Amino acid sequence: MGAAVNGPASHSAASDGSLAIRTENLCRYYRMGEASIRAVDDISLSIRAGEFVALLGQSGSGKSSLLNLIAGLDRPSSGSVIVQGNDLARLSRQDLAKYRLRTVGMVFQSFNLIPSMTLLENVELPLRFAEVDRAKREALCCHALDRVGLTPRLRHRPSELSGGEQQRAALARALINHPRLLLADEPTGNLDSHTGTEIMNFIREFNESLAMTVVMVTHERALAERYAKRMIFLADGKLVESEPALGLDAELTRGGAL
Amino acid sequence: MKAYDVAELAVRNLRESVLRNSLTTLGISVGVASLVAMLALGIGLQQLADRRLEKSGLFDTVIVTSRREFRNFSREQEQNGPSPAESPSLDEPARQEIEHLPNVLEAYPDIRFVTELRYQDKPHLTMVAALPFSAKDNDAFEGMAGNFFSSAAAPEVILQKSFAEQLLGRTVGGNDNTSVAELAKPLLGRQLIMRYAERTAAPSQSNESGNVAGMAYSVISREQILNIVGVCDLDPDSLRQQARARVFLPLQLAENLHVMQPSDLRDTTNVLNGKSTYTTVEVRVKSPKFVQSIEETIKKMGFNTFSIVDATKNLRQFFAVLDLFLGIFGSLALAVASIGIVNTLVMAILERRREIGVMKAIGASDSDVKGLFFAEAGVMGVFGGAVGVTLGWTIGRVINLGANIYLKRQHFPPEQIWFVPWWLVIGAIAFAIIVSLLSGLYPASRAARLDPIQALRYE
Repeated sequence: MGAAVNGPASHSAASDGSLAIRTENLCRYYRMGEASIRAVDDISLSIRAGEFVALLGQSGSGKSSLLNLIAGLDRPSSGSVIVQGNDLARLSRQDLAKYRLRTVGMVFQSFNLIPSMTLLENVELPLRFAEVDRAKREALCCHALDRVGLTPRLRHRPSELSGGEQQRAALARALINHPRLLLADEPTGNLDSHTGTEIMNFIREFNESLAMTVVMVTHERALAERYAKRMIFLADGKLVESEPALGLDAELTRGGAL
Repeated sequence: MKAYDVAELAVRNLRESVLRNSLTTLGISVGVASLVAMLALGIGLQQLADRRLEKSGLFDTVIVTSRREFRNFSREQEQNGPSPAESPSLDEPARQEIEHLPNVLEAYPDIRFVTELRYQDKPHLTMVAALPFSAKDNDAFEGMAGNFFSSAAAPEVILQKSFAEQLLGRTVGGNDNTSVAELAKPLLGRQLIMRYAERTAAPSQSNESGNVAGMAYSVISREQILNIVGVCDLDPDSLRQQARARVFLPLQLAENLHVMQPSDLRDTTNVLNGKSTYTTVEVRVKSPKFVQSIEETIKKMGFNTFSIVDATKNLRQFFAVLDLFLGIFGSLALAVASIGIVNTLVMAILERRREIGVMKAIGASDSDVKGLFFAEAGVMGVFGGAVGVTLGWTIGRVINLGANIYLKRQHFPPEQIWFVPWWLVIGAIAFAIIVSLLSGLYPASRAARLDPIQALRYE
């Protein structure tokens, strides 16, 4: 039985105290030949709306697997993931796709922009899936890209951009449908420290100004301490500890570069 | 995703691998082109055959004979109906009854006889037939040199090309490519003298023994001067095969001349009525589609019938089979092309595995992904179909051109042996799209089923 860990009452203005994500005895096993690997093993946790949570752990600790379960990209072997009152395990494939489209925005370590499309087209893609009118789409995309400082790069392809620019474009894409959750899987993993800071500042800004719940996977404790409100530690698929971030004070957090 | 977005993304994706997708589309084009070219050839040949049959002028004609003639056109006619002796005579009242049947334009006696015609004091023996004035509109006289008869009883004659050649002492048949106009030039306006046997009525009087049972008539040898008014290239009498005539008279003139007919001899022994009968009556109907029903009606009246529709039935069956086989051979290339589509799309799935994972992660549903790959297959089908039809049309034009060059060298008139109807254009494009969509079914469902996590891990 995993420990049910509820974070401390958030000090952030963005957190409204209601539950955004709750997992109950969440398990995800993978079969590798005869062996069964417990990637996520009996995790129960709660994340409040507007919280900025960092999932920490070594490689293979199950943090990305947990993030994928919360993102609705994977289904649990047992237990449940409840996001905004919906048990993701019970959703149909179609409803799960809708959940990923409307409720979740994702950024990845390797950016995952579609190389054959321009930045504008990449950011436009979720709007196409959401069947937003053509006439509105370009303005929405331009605004989103402007917000991350990429207006001069609208017609560029990902290969023509730096890593930081690509991750900013991925952020713009993740936010285009105004999701309630931003899930980031090692968003600075492929970036130098300066660019990484830039990206993290954007994420924090969205967390605070848009009241978005952020769940970030990282193995850099310093990064988590600096930006997250709470850190959840995983090892061997199990939740081992949850503690408030200790690093920078709220003053510095709110007075970030952006 | 909206249909427009699906189509736009599909075209966009296809443009990304332009060489591979163009080659796949070219494969479909070649398949469609072979299908179009094959079917266009089949249709063209069928139309050529139809045109030839229609030009015979007997496509809308039913030939009626009395069962008394013992000229059964089929085994069925031989076995069914009244016995010859009890069957009705094909006489004037019967002709009138037939003429008054619905959808019958006219019914006229077929007068034909072998006789001697003298041209410039040289005798020529041939079959002469009478033509009704309505035959003027017959396609067979379309390209003739000179004119049709000036009136229904004018002492005029139209010659078939081969007889004109005979009169001028030229080689008949072979590869002689002399034009009709050239042949007609020395003949038009000239006169032919026809010698014929006239039947004149003789009073049915008892002879010395007093045993005259039926009718009696006299036969007198007469001569008639006829003006040559036309020479026709095509054979308006081709249905008659061995009995086909090469010299044509106006029907009313032939009737006025009372030329002795083969049935006349039989009439003398006809105990049922003493009136003269016709060997054959030709019935022209309003449209070929009425031929069969009118034939049935006439058969019920107790006569034997024959129409070219009977003869073309087998021909149509042959062309249906030919079209089927040409279509199957043409479709084989398209079947090969469809494997190309499957291959291209499966390759695209492998290459774009990560892209599919990303799309799913940012909210694409299974049906969005499926629709996208399906649309890519469809777009290849549309382009392949359109290019294929154009290519097939061009191939057909080249074949037609080549065939006509060959025909010209063989001294034959040019022919359209190839025809692309509008339904073939639409049908071929639709078929290409359907085949492409069917080919896209498997790759599209495979793409839709991809696990996003696995797809995102793919490098």
